[in-house]
Parts: sequence; C-alpha cells; structure tokens
Amino acid sequence: MNLKDKLIQAYKDGATQGLSFESERSKHIQRFDELGFPTIKDEEWKYTNLLPVLKSDYQLSEDESEVTALSIKEYILTDTDTHLMVFVNGEYSEELSSIDDKQATICTLSEAQLKAPEILKHYWGSCISKTPDTLVSLNTALSKEGAFIHVPKNKVAEKPIQIIYITNGVSSDLFLQSRNLIVVEENAQVQITERHQNFDGKEVFTNALTEIHAADYSVVDFYKIQNDNRSCSLIDNTWVKQGKNCNCTVDTFSFGGKFIRNNLSFLLEGEHSESNMRGITLIGKNQLVDHHTMVDHAVPNCLSNEMYKGIFDDNAKGIFNGKVMVRPNAQKTNAFQSNNNLLLTDSASIDTKPQLEIYADDVACSHGCTIGQLDDEALFYLRSRGIPFKEAQAMLMYAFANDVLSNVKIPELKEKLNRIIAEKLGVDISLEI
Amino acid sequence: MLEIKDLKASIDGNKILTGINLTVNAGEVHAIMGPNGSGKSTLSSVIAGREEYEIEDGSITFDGESIMDLDPEDRSHKGIFLSFQYPIEIPGVSVSNFLKTSLNESRKAQGLEPMPAGNLLKMMREKMELLEIKKGFLSRSLNQGFSGGEKKRNEIFQMAMLEPKLAILDETDSGLDIDALRIVANGVNKLKSKDNATIVITHYQRLLDYIVPDFVHVLYNGKIVKSGTKELALELEEKGYDWIIKEAEGK
Repeated sequence: MNLKDKLIQAYKDGATQGLSFESERSKHIQRFDELGFPTIKDEEWKYTNLLPVLKSDYQLSEDESEVTALSIKEYILTDTDTHLMVFVNGEYSEELSSIDDKQATICTLSEAQLKAPEILKHYWGSCISKTPDTLVSLNTALSKEGAFIHVPKNKVAEKPIQIIYITNGVSSDLFLQSRNLIVVEENAQVQITERHQNFDGKEVFTNALTEIHAADYSVVDFYKIQNDNRSCSLIDNTWVKQGKNCNCTVDTFSFGGKFIRNNLSFLLEGEHSESNMRGITLIGKNQLVDHHTMVDHAVPNCLSNEMYKGIFDDNAKGIFNGKVMVRPNAQKTNAFQSNNNLLLTDSASIDTKPQLEIYADDVACSHGCTIGQLDDEALFYLRSRGIPFKEAQAMLMYAFANDVLSNVKIPELKEKLNRIIAEKLGVDISLEI
Repeated sequence: MLEIKDLKASIDGNKILTGINLTVNAGEVHAIMGPNGSGKSTLSSVIAGREEYEIEDGSITFDGESIMDLDPEDRSHKGIFLSFQYPIEIPGVSVSNFLKTSLNESRKAQGLEPMPAGNLLKMMREKMELLEIKKGFLSRSLNQGFSGGEKKRNEIFQMAMLEPKLAILDETDSGLDIDALRIVANGVNKLKSKDNATIVITHYQRLLDYIVPDFVHVLYNGKIVKSGTKELALELEEKGYDWIIKEAEGK
C-alpha cells in the first residue's frame, strides 16, 4: 500500500477516534484524499521533490520507548531555567518533562481538552488559511498530540518553554504528525524552542504544524532548531496570526536532517505590529532545506523583517521562496526581505525567489537575494595573520551568518547554536563575538 | 633573515616582478619606494604568500629556508607580517576575537598552549596604549566602518600583538593625517629591535622622517633599479623619479 492510501486507511480505521474536531478532521482527510501529496507540478513545490521521502515503508505510530533524562541533555538547554515538554514517538513523556505552569497553561493537546476546552475549541485550526498545502490538511486530519501553551492576559511566561519531539527504538521507519497550539493573550509574552530529534537512525518523517495566536501587545519568540539525524525528513508548517502592537519572531536554524521543508506564514491583522522571520541554513552532502515564507500585510502600519542566510557545501540544495503580500488598504507598510547565500562548491545549489505582491501605494518594501562565494581577499587577510585556511573559512562563514544569531534572545541557545555551527564547520575555535 | 633572488612574478599573464634581488638582515629597516605600478604591493603580497600570483622564477628564503611553497598562514607562523595597504572589512568578526584566534593559532603552530584570557587581555591593553587606541575598539567588527587612520592603526596593533620577525608595511602612511602618522610610526619604532626587521613600502619621504631607514630601494618596472641610504629618499622627494627612470633605461 502506498503512503497516501495507508494514511487514509488509518483514518478510516479510527486512528483519531475519540479525539476532538471530528468534522474538521473528516473534511481535511477528504481534501487530502482528493489532492494527495504535493508534487513538483505544484508551483509551491517546483524545486522540492517530496517523492523520494514518501517512498519508505513508514508505520504511522509506535509504542513508547525509553529515553533516559541523561541522553536528551545534549539536545536541550540545561543551564537555563525552562519548562520542558518531551514527546517520545508521538506520545508525551511525563517522566522526561518538567513543567510548573504558574504563569501559563502548558500541557498536551489532549490534556487541554480538560484543562482549557474553550480556548482549544476557539483557536485550534483557526490560524490556517482556507486552502492550505495538503500536508496541512493531513496534519489537521491525523495529528493526535502535541504542545498546548496558553499565556493569559498580562502574564509573562518567565521561563522559556522547550518542546522536543524524540523518536527512538522504533521497529521500522515512522511517519508522524505533530501539532502545537500556542495562544498568547493580550499583553502577554513567551519564548519557545522546538526541536525534532531521532535517536536510533531510523528514517523518521515528521509533518509538523504549529499555530501561534499572538493577541494585541503580545511578544512571542519562537526558535526552531533543526539538527536531526541525516535519516530524517521534516515538513514544518507554522502559522502565525498577529493582533495589533504585537511583536512575533520565528527563527529557524537548519543544520541537520536530509530533507527539510519550512512553510512559515504570518498574517498581520492588527496595526503597528512587527513580524520577524530569520534563518540560518548550513548544510552539506545530500541535504535539502527549503524555506517557503509568506507574510500577509492585511492592515496598515506594520513592519515585517525577513533575513535568511544559507551556506551550502558539497551537493547541498537550498530553496528560498519569500512571498510578501501587501493588501490594498495596508498603507505605510514596511516590508524588508533578504536572502543571502554562499555556495562553497560547484555542485551546491540554491533556488531563490522573492515574490512581492503590493496593492497599496504608500509603502516601503525591499528585497534582495545574493549568491556568492567567500571573498578571497578576506581569506588571504585572515591567513596572513596565521589563521589556517579552514579556520579562516569558518570565521568568514560565521561572520556571514552572525546577523541572524545576534538576534537570539536566550543566551544559552545562542551558545549552543555557536557550538553546532563550529562543529558543522569542523573547527575548534570559539566563534562568538 | 630575508633573501630574495632574481624573483619574477606575474598575475593573469602580466609580468609584474621582473627580477628582484633583496637581502634584509635582522635589525635593519628597508624602505622600498617607486612610482605607481612599479610592483611594490605585488612584492609584499608575494612575500606574504598571496596565491593569485604566479612565481615564474627566483627564490625567497627566510631564516635560511625557502618559503616559496608555504601557505600564507605558515609564513605568518614563521614570523612574516604584512600590514595591508587596504585592510579588509570583515563584518561579524570582532577585533578581539580575531586577535585571539590569530595569536592562538600562531602559538599552536609553535607548540604552545593558548594564551590564558587574562594575559591576552592584558597584552591587548598594553599594545592599545602604545598605539593610543580607545577602549571600545576591541568589540568592533574588524575594520568595518573604521576610518583610514583606524584601519592602519589596527594593522600596527595586530603587528604589535603578533611580534613578527619581519614586518612589511605596505603604504601604511596612505590615508593618515599627520597625528595618526606620528602615532603609527612611533608604534613601529617602539617595536623595533635588533632581532627583527622592517620593510617600509611608501610613495613619500614623509613617513621616513619618522621611521628612519637604513636602506632605500627604488623599484621600477618590477626591478630594484637603485639602492642607497636614507639620503636617496630625500633626493627622490626633491627631484622625483624621472632621473632614476632615465638612468635605469639608459643602462
């Protein structure tokens, strides 16, 4: 049975029986049934062929397995006081998690049915456009579990919240649908990190979805650390809806995995709000990272800032597609987009495409893409000061990516990212400024 | 210390150096002068190991060993330092991190442990004082947004930190006002010892009032056409290069 049929069969067999949103789910599985997985014939998937990822013989769920607290240490922030939510093979692990939610409700989606049913009902699925990617429909139909975060009005979640999805000890390759719902009420604040991590080298394919509702005057920072095993594939759908005077950031750091597709969508519904999308992609042999972003300026006086940096080694493949929509009444919009890339070899590639649709006349919008190599003069300068070629290269690459890193607000996360980058670049020098 | 014999070099098929002979001993200061396009900067780049140049003939030895096949970083580790005419701006790399990496990589090459952070900071402060560099300098991105004077001062600061045996100052005076020139020259003079040597590449006699050379060489068409003592520089200042060019072409 092919993957699509398997998924539809699982739905028919009652994979989501007893879970909320039955009618929504049924609508979306029908949609998925009709349209199927995207192919390179779809404009949005022109440069990213999902087909090889779909070929494995995935199972759709797996029993819980043991992951000791020690073994996840490497993948989480340990020196920072945080809330930690750990999911193992799609199920929440009480044992590995630690939450004390004085300022906010932090629990699983299934717990939220009891703890915050009204909020769940009101917000679940409401961020998503009417005709999303079919993978969004698939997730909506079949996702069972994930993180639920609700920060009430005027509250600041003082500790960052870490969400980590682990797969381990699975009997065969696995296809998972994870889902997060984040609701940040008026004048509330939260910082969140998310990571998907496989432990056993099996092929794991995750179709993740996160909804973020940011109400008026709220501040949300969301950091995605994509550094999974080379056996893993990730489709990461993120939908953000912003009220007025609010500030949302989604930063994506893509280093690992063999296939990553990010679909990031911001909808600005309230005036004087700011959206930030930033990313560093640093990949090599047989890796692909695709960033599709969309920011929809539906109201006047908002600012969106987009900055993606990519470094591609060996035969790595990058795709960037950044859409900015400025609606007719969205006057005084400021929208900035940049996508800068370094290709380290002749076989690395990047397809980059800015797409600006501007229907208002009093706006400031800019976009710029660059594709280049490391500057020989700069390399010689560093080498003439005794810094070996490899280290000199690493310093320049780090410097190239630094504008993105410097915006990370959790110091330990920044350090961790620094270390991952140094490791990826194969150097033993401290890169931080 | 440095011995260059019949050095011929080209870039993209253009012959730039057409037979350089130069010997520099420890404790000496050599000035290399010459009109634009005579090959001064090429000579300094070739000594430092810039790979874009094709060496067609000749030899360069440093402390008795050929350095022709060495990478720029290895030449630096042996004690060769080039102060760039146009220092490169590198946003995102701070002066302090750059210096730390540079110094510790040099130490590593000599089999030494990295310098403890406290000592490093102390050393940086001392050298900054020598060059009258302000405090906030260390955390700035390397050369980014630096004025001409700051860039050149930063070059000499790096030189002070690395303590090279042979320093090549490529037009260090260009873009400097008279105060900055005095500070930079003063720095260079204080770093001078009987064990190290300096090659000063310049257009103008002005710098040589401050850094007094033992020898002055005139480079023309990729060759040293005349050598002398510091009086030669004064003569050039007064009479220009024409008479030397005529003399050289007359030969």
